[in-house]
Amino acid sequence: MVNLKSEILNLKSLRSFRMATWLGWQIESNWTDPFLFAVYSIVKPLASALILVVMYGVITSGDFNAPLFSFIFIGNAFYQYVGAVMTGVSWSVIDDREHYRTLKYIYTAPVDYMAYLIGRGIARVLTGSFSVFITISAGVLFLQVPVQLGAIDAPLFLAALAIGIVMLAMMGLVLAGIILLIAHHAGYLGDATAGALYLFSGAIFPLDVLPEFLRPIGYLMPITYWLELLRRSLVGSVAQAFPTLAPFSNAQLLAILIGLTLLFGALSFFAFRWCDRRARERGLIDMVTNH
Amino acid sequence: MTLASAIETQDLGRVYKIRDAKKKERQELVALREANLRVERGELFGLLGPNGAGKTTLIKILTTLLAPTAGWARVAGFDVMREQARVRPLINMVSGGESSGYGLLTVRENLWMFAQFYGIPSAQANQRIKELLEIVKMSDRLNTKSSDLSTGLRQKMNIVRGFMTDPHVVFLDEPTLGLDVGASRDVRAFIRRWVTEDRARTVLLTTHYMVEADELCDRVAIINQGRVLACDTPANLKRRLQRDAIFRIETDRLNGAGIETLRALPGVRSVVHRSGDARDTLEFVLARDEVLGAVINAMEARQIRLLHLDKREPTLEDVFVDLVGRSMAEVEGDAK
Ligand SMILES: Nc1ncnc2c1ncn2[C@@H]1O[C@H](COP(=O)(O)OP(=O)(O)OP(=O)(O)O)[C@@H](O)[C@H]1O
Ligand SMILES: [Mg+2]
Repeated sequence: MVNLKSEILNLKSLRSFRMATWLGWQIESNWTDPFLFAVYSIVKPLASALILVVMYGVITSGDFNAPLFSFIFIGNAFYQYVGAVMTGVSWSVIDDREHYRTLKYIYTAPVDYMAYLIGRGIARVLTGSFSVFITISAGVLFLQVPVQLGAIDAPLFLAALAIGIVMLAMMGLVLAGIILLIAHHAGYLGDATAGALYLFSGAIFPLDVLPEFLRPIGYLMPITYWLELLRRSLVGSVAQAFPTLAPFSNAQLLAILIGLTLLFGALSFFAFRWCDRRARERGLIDMVTNH
Repeated sequence: MTLASAIETQDLGRVYKIRDAKKKERQELVALREANLRVERGELFGLLGPNGAGKTTLIKILTTLLAPTAGWARVAGFDVMREQARVRPLINMVSGGESSGYGLLTVRENLWMFAQFYGIPSAQANQRIKELLEIVKMSDRLNTKSSDLSTGLRQKMNIVRGFMTDPHVVFLDEPTLGLDVGASRDVRAFIRRWVTEDRARTVLLTTHYMVEADELCDRVAIINQGRVLACDTPANLKRRLQRDAIFRIETDRLNGAGIETLRALPGVRSVVHRSGDARDTLEFVLARDEVLGAVINAMEARQIRLLHLDKREPTLEDVFVDLVGRSMAEVEGDAK
């Protein structure tokens, strides 16, 4: 039994993943300056939420009790995971290659590099969760966002969150593959992609606000279903005030999320493998651009 | 399986496509051409060549970092392209002259993490880390954050990382580059000892330093402009020149003039000129001792003052000059 356990823990993918999360966490938690930590994990998320709240307030003349407000607030809060995880996965390539100069040693080790990158991305979930928690708490305390502890569908929430994080890490792999092929710093790619998808995944407004020809993008994005599930698990009925996804049951949404995660996961897997092969052909694995 | 050579390459080649910034057209740069090498288990094998010779390119291919554009290579019996997953657990590599590692982790944590990547149990890894740090005289730095290490110590840590996984084949790209004399000596002694301890272990290292190749390596391949020009034991390589007479002559400052005349004398195989601060050095490889008379006469005729003369045994430097026609320093000077 013990043997089996150590055997499994020692599988290449698993140990790559395990060590990468460990390393990622060491890097994430290495806030030598607590002030900086506070700025990044508390002030920044609260400030960006505040901008949204003010804009909403102006446009709706302060109608904070409308379900739309909860919709926006929760969507925006959880959307922080998108940037955090996708950037976490893809930034690791630059970090290891250019900053720590370890990429070639990791790459030539018996490491499953994809599992490693996913691990580095997942390490960001911990600090990311802190920001999300702070944002949601502020909403509940000061803006009457109707999250009630007793009414939370915890199993649904945890299941959706976990699947969503895996989904985001897999999407981050595509960016990591692209960065592997780009000869200059492209760390902004994670945040840029997160920014671009912000509009198409129902984070701050329901999909039917989008022009008709853009809606299919939103329907194709697993992030859309993920955010919807999180809203439903936290505030139940509020989320169903919008017609876009109302016809679907929770179970159906979960099934769609899993299906799209598998689809995107498979696509990412092959996209990354292709980029990896190209990078090796072009001699880019240990490239240093001297920035 | 156990009978396979440690390293085997067949017509291995690598062409880089480079974009010319001005002309906007793609050019091809041949970094390695038709390399045929075989390194047996238990060997300490050296690749000697000037800047841009293709040494790093060859190491990158063998360590699965870079795809070749021609030929194939096997390491520990496995093809580096098709069987990379089987090659990787058996090899390790270290590049000198760079500081790598996670500055926020301690020396022990850095090394332990890499041991984990190779699936080495923690206890065993910690034991090896302790032993190896002892050998490179870094035991007192076990719990130092690696960002607090000097460049030389970081390089030593990196060397420990390369050997810690008990690889079958270790690739060292200029392992002593940037180290001071004492540290270089320690590292060379360590490499030698590691190979000697177990005849199944193999090292391939690249170097600029003639002495390093000569004194450390069992066999040396001399490489220039992507071509392997010769491959043998240092003694055999030098034996090619044994019949020749090698003289070193120190003179007043020369301004390059007259050297071509000396080179053209019958019986002069090669002349290498080095400028010093106060005096210059000319190294002659002559077909016979008797040619020396003609050389001295020619120098007198051109009023080159002879300050010092000695005869010496051939070195790998002479072998390089014999193969290429110029010294490694001259080849590197031309490239600039
Ligand atoms: N990524 C690359 N793209 C284009 N050309 C390259 C690349 N890497 C190396 N080269 C070229 O290939 C040739 C061989 O380079 P390589 O780094 O293998 O030489 P080397 O023997 O290791 O030299 P050094 O002693 O300077 O390290 C050089 O002309 C170099 O400019
Ligand atoms: Mg090199």
